[in-house]
Amino acid sequence: MKDEIKILTPNGILGYGIPKDDFQRGLDARPDAIIVDGGSTDPGPYLLGLGATIVSRAAYVRDLSIMLAACAKHRIPVIISSAGGPGIKRHVDQMVDMVREIAGEHNYRFKIAAIYSDIDKQVVHDALNAGGIRECGSSGALVAADIDLAEHIVAQMGAEPFYDVLRAHPDVDVIVAGRAYDPAPFAGFCMLHGIDPGIYWHMGKIVECGANCAEPKGKVILATVRRDSFDLEPMHPDERCTVASVAAHTLYEKSRPDLLHGPGGVLDLRESTYEQINPRTVRVRGSRFTPDDPYTIKLEGAGIVGYRTTFIGGVRDPILIAQIDDFLARVHAEEVKTYESVRAGQASVNFHVYGKNGVMADWEPNKTAVPHEIGILGEITAPTQEEADAICSSTRINVLHMSYPGQVATAGNLALPLNPPENPIGAVCRFSVYHIMDIDSPTALFPARIEEV
Amino acid sequence: MAHQKLREVAKVIRSKNAGPFEITFDVIFDDDSQYARVKASGALSRDRICALYGVPEGDIVSHMFFDPARAFKLTLKRRWAQGSVGERDTFGAQQHAPLMDVEIAAVAR
Repeated sequence: MKDEIKILTPNGILGYGIPKDDFQRGLDARPDAIIVDGGSTDPGPYLLGLGATIVSRAAYVRDLSIMLAACAKHRIPVIISSAGGPGIKRHVDQMVDMVREIAGEHNYRFKIAAIYSDIDKQVVHDALNAGGIRECGSSGALVAADIDLAEHIVAQMGAEPFYDVLRAHPDVDVIVAGRAYDPAPFAGFCMLHGIDPGIYWHMGKIVECGANCAEPKGKVILATVRRDSFDLEPMHPDERCTVASVAAHTLYEKSRPDLLHGPGGVLDLRESTYEQINPRTVRVRGSRFTPDDPYTIKLEGAGIVGYRTTFIGGVRDPILIAQIDDFLARVHAEEVKTYESVRAGQASVNFHVYGKNGVMADWEPNKTAVPHEIGILGEITAPTQEEADAICSSTRINVLHMSYPGQVATAGNLALPLNPPENPIGAVCRFSVYHIMDIDSPTALFPARIEEV
Repeated sequence: MAHQKLREVAKVIRSKNAGPFEITFDVIFDDDSQYARVKASGALSRDRICALYGVPEGDIVSHMFFDPARAFKLTLKRRWAQGSVGERDTFGAQQHAPLMDVEIAAVAR
């Protein structure tokens, strides 16, 4: 246990690149751990639904190589969470493979821990039946069919699985974890050093985004953590943490900035104070954590809801633009008439009208705009790719050739940039599970294994 | 000081997902007096927000001013599934624009 620990975070997401000079500046400060989170739901459900990763293997190897060199040279533990983004078992194993491969190339000797966060569907069904599941924020109630739809279900682990591994294996060099609450690896490491939970959760909540809290936004950041305060310093000399930039970061991607729910409790920032201790460093105090009883975790599951085919085209004709909403409604009605699956709601035809309200749709306040040119993205989703192709083709042809009142241009309605004009783009996913589950033990669902290379 | 648009007095006006089922909006000021002026003006009241985005009040998840960051915070329910069928903004990053033109009343001298 130390009175003061330093945590170096090379970026907000593993694989987004590590500026070497900034990282070296961080190493010069002799950090006690290098911690980086790899997860995000922001790119959408396809990552978890299809088991895809946020960046390529090459990008992971590049970032890992930089961190593992520091680990081997200075014996600083490296902790990675939400491997690959979704953090399913396959992603953890792939990340461990990369660590093993890099270690082999450079003759590094590492003790590696892998922590998994995949949740068996039966566990979720049982919890649902027992009344132990509720919506997370605005996700709506969970139904059994949503559990079955999911290709993968993971849970965001809290701090305890990291803490347990670190306590049981003080000589661990690398931890690769599956899906975790973004601040959890930071919290787990701090638990070893008797730091107040309000302090380490708040620190983790900020630092998991790298130097995003700096001005200008950066990548590499160093957190110095004591029992009742922490300091944040970006590692690029032109970046500064200011009271305003750090306080403002607590707004980022959060429903509200003052009360933040996570695994096992709520972080309360209403009494937090921010102090500029030098021109580039801010000290934070006063953050509090209230444990939940029972302990809760967030489940994430995504599955395939159909297959998509698209077309894109432009309209310049002012007579058609003036009546485009009615025109597209008539095209839609044609598809409903022609295809049973559209009628039954198994397939869908959506138009995104760029230049009008393609970005905001129902939220657009300026619904009556009449631009001189519009773009139409036709988005067709059906239970099979073949059917999506068929409906897309029919829709595209109707948009191209259907007549409309006052028509003067009778040869075609749409300027098509792509050839072939219809483009099958594969599976469409949906977050079917995004719910809070009560659990008895913060670690039981997150098994760990150790290997030495 | 004459009528001004929010974009003329705020430093940051942005939107982003807060998880897959909500979109959150931040308006951040770098000036205490402008922050206080907007906060007092009522220009970002719940009613005004509902009218601006055409949403019922029940879609407002949070609506608050946060003094430590000189910021206004708004979170709305996402009524369409993130990154799925019919998605129009996967990251929720371009839903902020109507806020930019909100009129902030002149300050009485």
